[in-house]
Amino acid sequence: MNQKILFGTVILMLLSIMNTLSAQDKKNKVNHDIELEVETEYRYFYDGAAFANQKEHFPSVAFRPEYSIDWNKGYEQFNFTGFFRLDVDDERTHWDIRELYYQKVKNDWELSVGIKKVYWGVAESNHLVDIINQTDAVESFDGEDKLGQPMAQFVYTTDNMGSFEFFYLPYHRKRTFSGVKGRFRFPVVIDKDDLQYESSAEEWRQDFAFRWKHYFGAFDIGLTHFYGNGREPLFTFDQLGNINAFYPVINQTGLDLQITHDAFLWKLESIYRTAEAQDFFAMVAGLEFTFSNIDGNGLDIGLLGEYLYDERDELALSALQNDVFFGSRIAFNDTQDTSILVGGMSDLESNSKMFSIEASRRFGSSWTAEIEARVFNAIDDREFILSNFKDDSFFRLSLSRYF
Amino acid sequence: MKKIVFILSLLITIGLQGQSAEQRGLQIAKAAEKADLGFNSSTVNLKMTLKNKNGQTSQRTLTTKTLELTEDGDKSLIVFNSPKDVKGTSTLTFTHKVGSDDQWLFLPSIKRVKRISSNNKSGPFVGSEFAYEDLSSQEIEKYAYKFIEEKGSLLVVEQDPVDPKSGYTRRLVTYNKDKGYRIEKIEFFDRKNALLKTLIYSQYKRYKNKFWRAARFVMTNHQSNKETILEFSDYDFGVNLSDEDFTQVALKRG
Repeated sequence: MNQKILFGTVILMLLSIMNTLSAQDKKNKVNHDIELEVETEYRYFYDGAAFANQKEHFPSVAFRPEYSIDWNKGYEQFNFTGFFRLDVDDERTHWDIRELYYQKVKNDWELSVGIKKVYWGVAESNHLVDIINQTDAVESFDGEDKLGQPMAQFVYTTDNMGSFEFFYLPYHRKRTFSGVKGRFRFPVVIDKDDLQYESSAEEWRQDFAFRWKHYFGAFDIGLTHFYGNGREPLFTFDQLGNINAFYPVINQTGLDLQITHDAFLWKLESIYRTAEAQDFFAMVAGLEFTFSNIDGNGLDIGLLGEYLYDERDELALSALQNDVFFGSRIAFNDTQDTSILVGGMSDLESNSKMFSIEASRRFGSSWTAEIEARVFNAIDDREFILSNFKDDSFFRLSLSRYF
Repeated sequence: MKKIVFILSLLITIGLQGQSAEQRGLQIAKAAEKADLGFNSSTVNLKMTLKNKNGQTSQRTLTTKTLELTEDGDKSLIVFNSPKDVKGTSTLTFTHKVGSDDQWLFLPSIKRVKRISSNNKSGPFVGSEFAYEDLSSQEIEKYAYKFIEEKGSLLVVEQDPVDPKSGYTRRLVTYNKDKGYRIEKIEFFDRKNALLKTLIYSQYKRYKNKFWRAARFVMTNHQSNKETILEFSDYDFGVNLSDEDFTQVALKRG
C-alpha cells in the first residue's frame, strides 16, 4: 500500500513538471522516444527439486517499456522504464518501476528526482560496493537486476577533484524471495512482508549516501558511504533453528579502485559495514587481461581472475566468503555482437563450485537471443545459504524482440 | 668571418630549396591541422552501413559530440541509437597526443560505467571495417611523415604510426591543398605491408567558412571484400560544448 502512495506521489510530481515544460515546447527542440522490449524465457532446472512443490520447467514472458523525453539541448530530461514479468513462480511474477525521474543539468551540477537506478563498482564476480538499489533477487541469480529506488540525487563535478554525489533516499524497498514453486529458496518459504525493520520508521526511514569519484592517469577511484536501512536482510536463528530475518540499520563505507594499464585492468572493491548486530569487512580483488584482435578479425579473449573474501563467513548471503573466480570473456566483434562469458567459482575451504556460461547474439536488427547455464557442483552441506540451492542448476534460453 | 657567412647562406639556401621529404610531409600534416583549428565543439549524427562480401547490410546509428583541445588531444562522446538492443550504450574518449587514450564505456542496462583499455587499436569498431585507430582523433604526434608526390592540388604523404600496437605499417594520405588541406583518400597497409583498406571521403561541405567535413566515408577492405559506409548528417558547430559535457557523469546522461 505504502508503495502505491509513493509511486502516486512521484507520478503527480512528474506530471506537474511536464505541464510547466509543455509551455516551453515552442522555443526548444523536444525529443521523444518510446521503446518496448518483449522477452520470452525458458528456464529448465534439470535436478529434481530439493523441497516440496518446486517446479522444473519455468516458461516466462517479460515486458520492458521505455519512454524518454529531453529538451533544453538535453540538459533537462525525463525517463521512464517499466518492468513486468509473468512466471510459473507467483513471486517471480512481478512488476516494477525501474526508472521514473526528472533530471536537470546546469554547468557543473546535475539533479535527479524520482525513481532511479545507480551502479557503483568495478568487479565482475561480486558487486559489494553497489548498494543504492535493492536487488531484484527473483529476476536473476547474479544480482545484477535491481529494483527502482526513490531518490533525490545531486552531483557536483569539479575541474580537478572529481565528482561528488549526494543521495537522499526516502523509502526502502524489500527484497523479494522465491515462492513455493520457485527455485533458489530455503525449506521454509520466506514472505518478504514477514521481514521486519530494526528502525522504528521501517521503510520510511530517511536514508543518505555519498560518493566521491575521481580519475587521474591510469587510476579510477571511488569512495562511498551509505547510512540507512540495509539492502541485505540479516538472518539470525533461535535455538529451535527458526530463521529470524530483519533489515538492520547500517553504516557502510566502500572503496572501488581500478588501474587500467595497457591490456590489464586491476580491480579492487571493499566494504566495511557496521550495524547493531554485526560488523564485518568484505572485499573482491582481481584482474582482467584482454588479448585483442587475435585473428585480425576482431576476436577478443579476456581472462578474469578475482579473489573474494567476506568476514561474515557462511552467513554471507552471497556465499562468497573465501573463494576464487576464474572466467573468460570472448567477444567476436562481429555485426551480430556475439559474445560469451564463462566462469567458475571455487570455495577455498570446501569443494563447493559454481560454473556459469552466458552467451548472446543479435539476429537481424531487432532480435537478440541469450543462453545461460549455471551449475552447482559438490556444494558442501555446511554452506548455510548455498546448500539450499545445490539442486538448482539450470539452463536458460531467452529471446527478445525490440519494438 | 667570411667563411661563417658563406656557410650560413649555404645553409639557408639548402633550407629553402632542399627540404627533405620527411620535413615536407610533416609540414603538410601541420598545415592540415592548422586549417582545422578553432572549431571548438561540434555534434553530428552518423549512420553506419556494414556490408559483407555477399552484399548483405546491417546498420547502426550514433551521435558524436567532439570538444576541441589544443594543449592535448580532443575529447569525444559517442552514443548509440540503434540497433535497439544497444541503444544508449556510449563511450567517452580523452585522446592524448602522447601515450594511450583514456576511455570509458557506459552500459545502460545495468547503468555501469567501465574504464576500458585503449590498447586495442587495431580491432574493428562495432564489427565495421573501421579500426578504433581510424576513428580516433588524428594528432600530429601519432605518426612519422614522408612526402611522396604532388599531383596538381593533391599532395600524397606517407604516415608511419609511432605506436607499435597499430595495425598498420603505413598509411598513404592524399590531401587537397586548395581545399584547406582536407583529406580525399587514405590507403592502409597492413603489418605485412600489403594494401588492406582504402578510405574515400566525398560529399564535402564547408562549415563556418573554414571547416571542411565530408558527409560520406567509404571504407573498402580489399582482403575481405567487406565495406563500411559512414553517412554524416546535421553537423552543428554552434553547440558551444564545454569540458562539463565530457565527463563520466555526462556519459551516463547519453
